Amino acid sequence: MPVPSPSPTGPAGGTRRRRRGPRTWLATLPLLVFTGLCFGLPVAALLYGAVTGTDPATGATRMTGEHLQRSLQGPYLGSLVGSVQLSALTAVIGSVAGVLIAQAVVTSRRTWLRSAALTASGVLANFGGVPLAFAFIATAGISGVVTRLADLESLGWNLYSFTGLAVVYLYFLTPLMVLVIIPALDGLRPQWREAAQNTGATGWQFWRLVGLPVLAPSLLGGFVLLFGSAFAAHATAAALVGGSVPLVTLKIADALSGNVLVGQENVALALSLDMIVIAGLVMAVYLPLQRRSARWLR
Amino acid sequence: MAALTTTAQAPPAETRPAPEKAGVRRRRRRPRVWRGLVLGLAGLYFLVPLLASVVFTVHTPGRGVSFEAYTGILGAEGFTDSLLLSLGLAAATIALVLLLAVPALVAVRLGAPRLRPVVEVVCMLPLVVPPIALVTGITTVLRWGPEHLSRTPLYRTFMAVQDENFPLVLVLAYTVLALPFVYRSLDAGLRAIDVPTLVEAARNCGASWAYVILRVILPNLRTALAGAAFLTLALVLGEFTIAALLGYQPFAVWIVTVSGAQARMSVAVSVLSLLITWALLLLLSRAGNGTRPAKSAATLAAAPSSNKDQ
Repeated sequence: MPVPSPSPTGPAGGTRRRRRGPRTWLATLPLLVFTGLCFGLPVAALLYGAVTGTDPATGATRMTGEHLQRSLQGPYLGSLVGSVQLSALTAVIGSVAGVLIAQAVVTSRRTWLRSAALTASGVLANFGGVPLAFAFIATAGISGVVTRLADLESLGWNLYSFTGLAVVYLYFLTPLMVLVIIPALDGLRPQWREAAQNTGATGWQFWRLVGLPVLAPSLLGGFVLLFGSAFAAHATAAALVGGSVPLVTLKIADALSGNVLVGQENVALALSLDMIVIAGLVMAVYLPLQRRSARWLR
Repeated sequence: MAALTTTAQAPPAETRPAPEKAGVRRRRRRPRVWRGLVLGLAGLYFLVPLLASVVFTVHTPGRGVSFEAYTGILGAEGFTDSLLLSLGLAAATIALVLLLAVPALVAVRLGAPRLRPVVEVVCMLPLVVPPIALVTGITTVLRWGPEHLSRTPLYRTFMAVQDENFPLVLVLAYTVLALPFVYRSLDAGLRAIDVPTLVEAARNCGASWAYVILRVILPNLRTALAGAAFLTLALVLGEFTIAALLGYQPFAVWIVTVSGAQARMSVAVSVLSLLITWALLLLLSRAGNGTRPAKSAATLAAAPSSNKDQ
């Protein structure tokens, strides 16, 4: 039992150490049992339901790829593509805007600006969901304040569309990027820049050879994180557009709650499986990157 | 050198190694322009919806200013019920997630280091499953109750878990959702203290295990615990997807329900919920001694997708 510090109290310490082994192990048991029951079981049921079907006549359950196949066709495929497009677009814009804001904050000498930006980002990155949707309805919805003041409707503006949704998503994605990237920008030591300048490097060379390689894991990690957040988002879209923009989360909710055709639930399960695969890929990229970028940050 | 270091973003043509005074001044002017532009645009984008929401709630075109939207909230039907339900769910979730995570995380540091990767993976896995996917799995499992288990004692458990007045199933689901954030917060807190040494020292002084946990470990984790509790609270108060699809009506679901009839009030509640989040965040940043506000603000959302929109 690798207890880091030796116990100085002879035989008594020995018994304690022997007893502590199994006891400490037991302390993780509630957590493992809980996740097994409340997370593992639903996910297993989801996977099982996505690849099996019950024959309504005989009641027999058999393996089938039918649901997965249907989830990758027609309107379902359209919703997956729509979700990926929206997530990719907002993640790109959010990343760029987030980096620009973070760099402006980091290079500023005003410390109040920095702490205000961090606090605001912390709040706004958590300001997703239903309240955000309503704030934007009040701002740029049909009878929104800005819509009326700036006569946005004559400009072809529509909040309840793909573009409108992107504008709303950026409201919590951009602060998220600011939070992720500020530590990385702090990690760029001024000394590196000075060293580069002293050896005759231009600013462009510094960014190409030092700055961007060091930032790259954080940048990519931040992008992937934004993508994942936008991809999994449901509440904002549900409160805002209902069903007018094809998104996979809305389709799943429809299939689950709507009194739709029999067998539709299994398509919802298959769509969920598709989502898990995409989100899993996202996390498989994000987590190692985050660990790698942590090397440069203290 | 100090002047040099502040101009990290100077355009290439102007970066020369000679730190003369004139050069420094010239270099700093252009960053200031783009910095002002970026911060100005960002400020505009992030402030306008907030201001517009407030204007929307207090000003009706043609009828002038009134605060009815705010004063009407307390008396609105379902408001107190849904808010109390959300707060109760949040309290139960915080208690459950901390009871599960704190012993496990302390244990892997004390005597079961080989379980550490297991615990980490188990805690982070919920990130891979979007809430809407989790809820499809949960509905599938819940359907087993009436379909397969109606003649077993488990059936009663299934029914109790779905009690209208206090849906435990939501507490269980929220605990799963909160695990990654709680894990990160606690892990960071535990990393900052040397758990084995603290425990050895306290034990050698004759402290009981209960004393060690309650009076030595937990006080050292105060900031991390507050952070974990806050993230969980924010998550539960804003959670919509799982509750709506399982058919319960906590706070976030109530706002959507009421929005159809009373648009102004739903916006007013949204504004209030932002203010409350802000206040909680400020409180949290003061909860731990010696923690700079900016730092704890960063840890709040440093975990992936801690936003409520899921």
